[in-house]
Amino acid sequence: MTLSNIDGALQVLTIDLNGETFALEAGLVREILDTVHVTDVPGADPFVSGLINVRGRVVPLADPRLRFGMNAAAATIDSRFVVIEIDLDGDPTTIALRADKVHEVTELPVETLEATPAIGMKWRPEYIRCVGKRGEDFVIVLDIERVLTGQLLPDMALH
Amino acid sequence: MTANDPTAVFLTEAQELLEQLEQSLLDLHGALDDSDLIDGAFRALHTIKGSGSMFGFDAVAAFTHHVETAFDLVRKGHLATTPALIDVALAARDHIRRLIETPDVVDPQRGPAILADLDAVIADGGETDATSTPTTAPIAARHRYRICIKLPEDALTTGNNPLLLLDELRALGEAEVTAIVDDVPTLDALQPDVCTFGWVIELETEAPKSAIEDVFLFLLDDMTLDIEESAVPSPVAPVAPTVVEPAIPAASVAAPAAPVAANDERHSDKATASLRVSAERLDELMDRVGELVIAQARLRQVATHSDDQQVKSIAEEIERLVLDLRDTTMGIRLVPIGSLFGRFRRLVHDLSRDLGKDVVLTTSGEETELDKTVIDRLADPLVHLIRNAIDHGLEYAADRSAAGKAASGSLKLAARHAGDRILITISDDGRGLDRARIRRRAEENGLIAPEAELTDPELLQLIFQPGFSTAAQVTNVSGRGVGMDVVKKTIETLRGAIDVRSRPGAGTDIVLSLPLTLAIIDGLLVRIGTGRYVIPLSAVEECVELTPDDDRRSQGRNFLNIRGDLVPFLRLRELFNLSTPPDPYQKVVVVSSGDNRVGLVVDQVLGDHQTVIKSLSKLHANVATFSGATILGDGTCALILEVDHLVQFGQALEERLKAAS
Repeated sequence: MTLSNIDGALQVLTIDLNGETFALEAGLVREILDTVHVTDVPGADPFVSGLINVRGRVVPLADPRLRFGMNAAAATIDSRFVVIEIDLDGDPTTIALRADKVHEVTELPVETLEATPAIGMKWRPEYIRCVGKRGEDFVIVLDIERVLTGQLLPDMALH
Repeated sequence: MTANDPTAVFLTEAQELLEQLEQSLLDLHGALDDSDLIDGAFRALHTIKGSGSMFGFDAVAAFTHHVETAFDLVRKGHLATTPALIDVALAARDHIRRLIETPDVVDPQRGPAILADLDAVIADGGETDATSTPTTAPIAARHRYRICIKLPEDALTTGNNPLLLLDELRALGEAEVTAIVDDVPTLDALQPDVCTFGWVIELETEAPKSAIEDVFLFLLDDMTLDIEESAVPSPVAPVAPTVVEPAIPAASVAAPAAPVAANDERHSDKATASLRVSAERLDELMDRVGELVIAQARLRQVATHSDDQQVKSIAEEIERLVLDLRDTTMGIRLVPIGSLFGRFRRLVHDLSRDLGKDVVLTTSGEETELDKTVIDRLADPLVHLIRNAIDHGLEYAADRSAAGKAASGSLKLAARHAGDRILITISDDGRGLDRARIRRRAEENGLIAPEAELTDPELLQLIFQPGFSTAAQVTNVSGRGVGMDVVKKTIETLRGAIDVRSRPGAGTDIVLSLPLTLAIIDGLLVRIGTGRYVIPLSAVEECVELTPDDDRRSQGRNFLNIRGDLVPFLRLRELFNLSTPPDPYQKVVVVSSGDNRVGLVVDQVLGDHQTVIKSLSKLHANVATFSGATILGDGTCALILEVDHLVQFGQALEERLKAAS
């Protein structure tokens, strides 16, 4: 999906990660859960080190903070799991994301959306779909698929 | 596809019939005169033709008709069964399948070509008898029969059409039919589905009395049939024998297939005890049962903590019922593997012909039952393995004789139970895998370093690497280096494992080890630190205590002395990088995979657990230690340990330690 095929406004769910506000496309979000018991998966990538039970399904729990070099802080009373459904390699996959806080579903008018600036960004640009504006604040809309797969743009591969 | 779509029913039925036909034909190869097999083939063809035209598959019916006619000749002894005939019939069977399954893309030249072959075979093989056929025909005296028939009352509801039966009689000769209506009740008592009619038929025909009886073979047991023969006044010029196609020289007797089909009918009487259910519905049922098992585990947890005796007893009762239901549901999905093996006989037959190698296929354990899903997904990997065995493994007859072996190669397919796993073995007595060549190829492809030291099993496992092929030439059968890696991947997605054993010059065994079912297993719930894990109970041999003495002594050399055997053990706590201190009395769960054993050190053995297997997502695809996850009674998730992987890991550790010491 590119920016040009969005009509009017982009519906997003805004969440906090380590004090910064990010946004997820609302269409991907299935439900928002209070934190539940997390089963550790030894040997897994720390980014997806847990499993949770979402209505009888075993769902991997990912921590997007680790993709942005943030610390995996302990859960607080505001912590939530955001359950999303997304196609990974063509298979619809249900995944939960840790969020330090969930704000609201909001609309980002399409005229405020801007492609990711190549420089001046604190975060890896490949994980960001676009930048929108909510009131006076900038909201960073995540490219969830890339965040999940950890896929880097070819010329950005830093490893 | 809905269950009551008649075309879909025909398609499934046709598939079965075609399979049956193929089996009969392949069996005939070994027993050319077996009349049961010939009848079997004929019956299958006849039914395909019949139901084909009923459901509008006219091309199928028209084509099958010719083949059926040929087999009718065979059945009546006018044509000898020859390998050539069988090969043509097999080709015809394939053509019928294409006509049924993909009628739009069938090569229009193919059918006539097969029929031309068929004619040629009939012309060759039929000669001896062809002379006798015409001689019998003129002699056949004309008879006049007076036939009284009274059908059973339920004839109409069992799918018989009296009019068609009468038409069949008419086809035998000149017939005059009078209906007997004496038993027909008055209108108010008339039941439209009860057959109260009788008929008297005056029939003048060349056909023998048996031909008339054959018309009614479906019903013969229940109906009244009186046939009186009277002399014919004058030998009328023979009515043009109701012969079928000019293309087929030998004359065929008209009254076609009713007699044999009658047998078929009786078979299907027995078969009515079984139902055709779509696999999707079974999957749904299995899902529901899985959820029920999880809910039951929760109930059990609540009940154990409850003081209410009533709740406890209900919980126990429900547990028993759920387990029965689970076993029944899984039983429904089990299919004997013979259905799969049967398909390979054709493959072996064709390969052996194409490659010019004589191959004898023997199968055993056909009755071994496996989950339908597993069977379906096993077909392709087995095809690859069989092709490889025949193409690469087995030598040509000359080479075999030179090596002092029987001229025809042997290929064995065997299935057997081992715990709750099924072992499927594909063994050939060919030249065996060439280890030096595998090594060379692997080095050329950069799969291993030139100096790498590999154990024999490791070396043999290289053949499952993508792009690996040692075939000097690419044949159209195998040798492109795709296949074996696909085989391995498919087996792994089925939670199975592949083991290769090869004796140079004496053959190769490939053993597939597969779980009985994909959905629910009995598990042993263990605790390590705060985490709970499930070990498939089928793999568990015993649980022993790791005494502090053992623990101390074993530092650095992780071996356990179990009744004199040294068993390597893995501290799962270390494997999982847990920082919490271990329990003072740890347990060792000894698990086995194949012939190898390994002990897994855990903090506590919690007990058995009905484990509904949920697969892990792609994000965890690289975690080999776990084969899946499940949901426990308290609603949390637990990981299922992949025993094969842990055993391999333990064995590798052991070998490294041995090498170091």
